[in-house]
Amino acid sequence: MKTMLNIALPKGRLGEKVYAMFEKAGFPCPSIKENNRKLIFENEECGVRYFWVKPSDVAIYVERGAADIGVAGKDILLEYEPDIYELLDLGLGKCRMAVAAKADFRDDTRKTLRVATKFTNIASAYYRSKGRDIDIIHLNGSIEIAPILGLSDVIVDIVETGTTLKENNLLVYDTIVPISARLIANKTSYKFKGSEIDQILRSMAAQMEESK
Amino acid sequence: MQNAVGSAERVALALRSLYNQYGYSQYKMSKFEEYDLYARNKDFLISDSVITFTDTNGKLMALKPDVTLSIVKNSKDQSSVQKLYYNENVYRVTKGSHGFREIMQVGLEALGPIDDYCITEVLLLAAQSLQAISGETVLDVSHLGILKELTDSIGIPNDSREKLVKFISEKNSHELTALCQEAGIREDQIELLRWLVSTSGTPDTVLPQMESMLSGLVSQQTLTQFHNVIRALDGSGVEKLLRIDFSVVDDIHYYNGIVFKGFVNGLPGSVLSGGQYDKLMRKMKRASGAIGFAVYMDMLDRLEQPDDRYDVDTVLLYDETVSLSAIRQQAQCLTAQGISVLAQRTIPGNIRYRQLLKINGNEVQFLENNA
Repeated sequence: MKTMLNIALPKGRLGEKVYAMFEKAGFPCPSIKENNRKLIFENEECGVRYFWVKPSDVAIYVERGAADIGVAGKDILLEYEPDIYELLDLGLGKCRMAVAAKADFRDDTRKTLRVATKFTNIASAYYRSKGRDIDIIHLNGSIEIAPILGLSDVIVDIVETGTTLKENNLLVYDTIVPISARLIANKTSYKFKGSEIDQILRSMAAQMEESK
Repeated sequence: MQNAVGSAERVALALRSLYNQYGYSQYKMSKFEEYDLYARNKDFLISDSVITFTDTNGKLMALKPDVTLSIVKNSKDQSSVQKLYYNENVYRVTKGSHGFREIMQVGLEALGPIDDYCITEVLLLAAQSLQAISGETVLDVSHLGILKELTDSIGIPNDSREKLVKFISEKNSHELTALCQEAGIREDQIELLRWLVSTSGTPDTVLPQMESMLSGLVSQQTLTQFHNVIRALDGSGVEKLLRIDFSVVDDIHYYNGIVFKGFVNGLPGSVLSGGQYDKLMRKMKRASGAIGFAVYMDMLDRLEQPDDRYDVDTVLLYDETVSLSAIRQQAQCLTAQGISVLAQRTIPGNIRYRQLLKINGNEVQFLENNA
């Protein structure tokens, strides 16, 4: 039996775009385009198996070897620091990790700064590098309302267009790091399925060059 | 026959006899160590969480999260190399799990005036340890001296070095490029670093490339040492496992020289990790050098057993009408043929067996065959 290359795709629009790149790289799996609720798709002829997972879980599937390669946002890689290879910046899903606060916010350095975020690791590392004492408040969603309700002074979150912030009267104060989708690989898979992974890496790099 | 010992136990036995063959002696130690040792060397530990307790004399003690530190602590500078191996349980938080785990760790250390033969021997034993685990393995080898000299020659600013090393370990050439461009590094030198990041190949392919790419930037002495140690393994039977891959970068504050990591097909991360750690020896006020590695036995549970479809070969049923000696005789007769036997009055639930036999009087009745 041919060994299968397992690829974890992030559910959603980004995943569909990325699948098109894998297809062009020589790993098509037509059944994936059928509109149904299946999560796993195989093309035995090409030796490839795709599966849809929650975008924030892709890195876990890859790190633990359930997927050989996958596509994950840089935000997730920075937050969870998985032990994987980060092979390529796909330049898709571009946004940034930023600090935002109410328009009238002034940083009072005499007080501990209260920071609400989903990304506690990124936020603590950022403020540690600045030597600022902070109180982290971990939230799972609707981060934008935290400063409005006085739960926090600032938020650390992903900003794409800034529309949500604007609608909630928040402003970006600082950009921590630019974010985009990355091609990642499991370290062991890279050793034993290196030629397939390399083929994908080269083709995707070429596809990005073409679309420039 | 059904495999009675788990992968970890089987491998531990094989490794022990391998290390004995090369004159390494077993080092037994207590499960406890003064906490202070770990507090002073936190970065050397895989995770900095340690189980602590107060001893009867008021001293803060720890359940060992690591073995190497204790071995170094108890070592003395000697004129000959001390060759040791251990098979101990350590207690630490593994990544992704939310609690402490007891982990069996087997490892080997050579401490003292280590020379290139010593390094070659440790590399050989690391590769042979991998072979004892599985038929499909790779040993990635790198040299931190090469990396250090190269970054010195190129002139990577000190505050960017840690990031650079991280990008190299991730094979992240896009962010490495951005970092170097920001630091004003020349394009041809960035190209060289990108080559370093993407390199992963057999010594036959990579060693000649290294000579041409790195001479002038890395000292001949370092390149020659690396070349000689790797080439000394030609004909050893492990040379096919070796890959030169610079993404192996252990903590540069503790390690120097040759570093390596072992991978087994089917196991997601490295199962073996080691290298030369003279810098740790300096921190612990030892003049001599050291090299060693550890095998993470907890990962081997995930290895597929060659034949684990059955829990036992035979379930042997009996009832009160059968004499004790008849049951004993029948069970012994089967085990003598290498067949495992589970003698029971009724079939236990959830058990997978190859065949089902029943003793009736003096006869054995054949009830079921699943093979």
